[in-house]
Amino acid sequence: MKNREVKLMQGNEACVEGALAAGMTFYAGYPITPSTEIAEHCAQKLPLIGGKFIQMEDEIAGMAATIGGSLAGLKSMTATSGPGFSLKQENIGYAALAEVPCVIVDVQRAGPSTGLPTAPSQGDIMQAKWGTHGDHPVIALAPTSVKETYDLTIKCFNLAEKYRTPVFLMLDEIVGHMREKIEIPTPDEIEVFDRVRPEAGDENYQAYKVEEGQLVPPMAAFGEGFHFHVTGLMHDDFGFPSNDSEIADKLLRRIMNKISNNVDDIVMYEEEFMEDAEMVVLAYGGTYRSARSAVKQAREQGLKVGLFKAITIWPFPEKRVRELTSKAKSILVPELNLGQYVLEVERVVSDDTQVISLGKINGEAITPNEILAKIREVL
Amino acid sequence: MSSELIKNKFRTDRLPHIWCPGCGHGIAMKALAQAIDNLGWDKKDVCIISGIGCSSRAPGYMDFNTLHTTHGRALAFATGVKLANPDLKVVVVTGDGDCSAIGGNHLIHTARRNMDITTIVFNNNIYGMTGGQYSPTTPTNDFGTTAPFGNIDKPFDICKLVEAAGATYVARGTVYHANPLIKLIEKALLNKGFSLVDAISICPTYYGRKNKKGTPVNMMNFLKDKAIDVKAAAKLTPEELGDKFIMGEFKNTQEPEYTEEYQKIVDRFKKER
Repeated sequence: MKNREVKLMQGNEACVEGALAAGMTFYAGYPITPSTEIAEHCAQKLPLIGGKFIQMEDEIAGMAATIGGSLAGLKSMTATSGPGFSLKQENIGYAALAEVPCVIVDVQRAGPSTGLPTAPSQGDIMQAKWGTHGDHPVIALAPTSVKETYDLTIKCFNLAEKYRTPVFLMLDEIVGHMREKIEIPTPDEIEVFDRVRPEAGDENYQAYKVEEGQLVPPMAAFGEGFHFHVTGLMHDDFGFPSNDSEIADKLLRRIMNKISNNVDDIVMYEEEFMEDAEMVVLAYGGTYRSARSAVKQAREQGLKVGLFKAITIWPFPEKRVRELTSKAKSILVPELNLGQYVLEVERVVSDDTQVISLGKINGEAITPNEILAKIREVL
Repeated sequence: MSSELIKNKFRTDRLPHIWCPGCGHGIAMKALAQAIDNLGWDKKDVCIISGIGCSSRAPGYMDFNTLHTTHGRALAFATGVKLANPDLKVVVVTGDGDCSAIGGNHLIHTARRNMDITTIVFNNNIYGMTGGQYSPTTPTNDFGTTAPFGNIDKPFDICKLVEAAGATYVARGTVYHANPLIKLIEKALLNKGFSLVDAISICPTYYGRKNKKGTPVNMMNFLKDKAIDVKAAAKLTPEELGDKFIMGEFKNTQEPEYTEEYQKIVDRFKKER
């Protein structure tokens, strides 16, 4: 086995390196702070491996071209930040309904509107879930470190390919612009999943038909000889538009269920100090780093506090959060918004669990001391 | 033979189409299929992409690789498909509203890059699918459901727009002049670069009724009477030209094509490796 390469790397750069390790060969995007380094690294790296990079005329086009690249058979990615994430939403819904695997990176900055372009935020958490119109499946992962950015970008591609769906990497400016030591895994340590394809020359191929035992319909690429149709309209097993209410119902339920029936495969989280915890601090993304520091200090002070890291933020790790709060009396959710993810926590915990929101929206990170103070206030 | 063409190039189980009686779009769609047939292209190598609107239903009826996207974005999706697989012959079918209003930014930038994509605009001067609102090509003073007192907007000349933006093949035809339209589309398909054919179509149901243009036959006769070939037009004074509109080939040049230029960068590093 080759030795792991050790590097000092920025979060945004680690995202690109992870994407390349996952087999990304297509990137289309539009410059926006604080995500631009992702486009710059893709522009630098992709031509060297025969991959494709293009800077599009706007965010909408960046999303559209990313979907086009995937339909032509390449693993595709785009990256953006809040304002661009808003612009991409219509085509994200298209990718969800047309079941086009792709990865969308959102390096969150303080909003709304142009907001604080260089300052961190976690204000797009609900936009990731509900940003595009209509019911649609959502998978979103939130890294807390440079190494995790690398690993989770690979995971995003694997989930996108496996479930034929757009997947979000919800970075924030803290992690995206942070520089840390990273040990790059060797190729044999990296698990890569490629989309299931139809058998060559299968004359009975129906682009949206799921056979018994299949998770999603096998996906052909344009140009392989399958003359299939892709649309953002409700469609039948062939991919052709249909107004039939039964067909629409069956299609959308299948697309929702492919995620909701496989939550255990998709949901990732980590826990520490949980054995005797009377209080749980639930955190994700850049804020988790402050939360961990605060919980460690609280433990040193003898406070019974546990730490829960939501790695998969959508689907919400509902089952586990409910279990934890059956023992703990309170749960604190620090986040860089005025209380978005905490709404999910409130939704799933019992009435006698105290749910505390610690929000911050001034463009600065939540400090360990702020979290510790809140813990001490409650315990 | 039309019937052979329909059998070979269309998804006959998806017909009849949804267009209104008298609509010109079927002629434009057939012209595209005929042009591809005349060139002898293999269906597996052709990808037809559309946005939203009446025009954009065409690819669903055509037996190729087909992609029906979001409103205005067909060219941006097409850019992704073409860049990812430059061997594909990528055609975009769009409407006047789809390509020059909501998709106007993508239109000028795809033209600017001179990426090898052929765009056929089914231009009927109106938003038909939504029921007759004025579009960027509705003539000033004409009526639409959202211009009940007459349109005060000035219309786009889509050909001039993309010529200025960098398209290397630009032409206009009409659905009355069906055979010349096929030839123009053939040449557009063969051009290595961004090509656009503005195919003037008719919408008797919305534009025609709202503007008292008479029957579909009257509207076809209007195209016959008012269209003048670019070469004939060159010999006329503006007064003689009057209210006629010009069709034919406006631009046919060779410029570096985007995916070929991209490949040169890739090849440069291949050699260095």
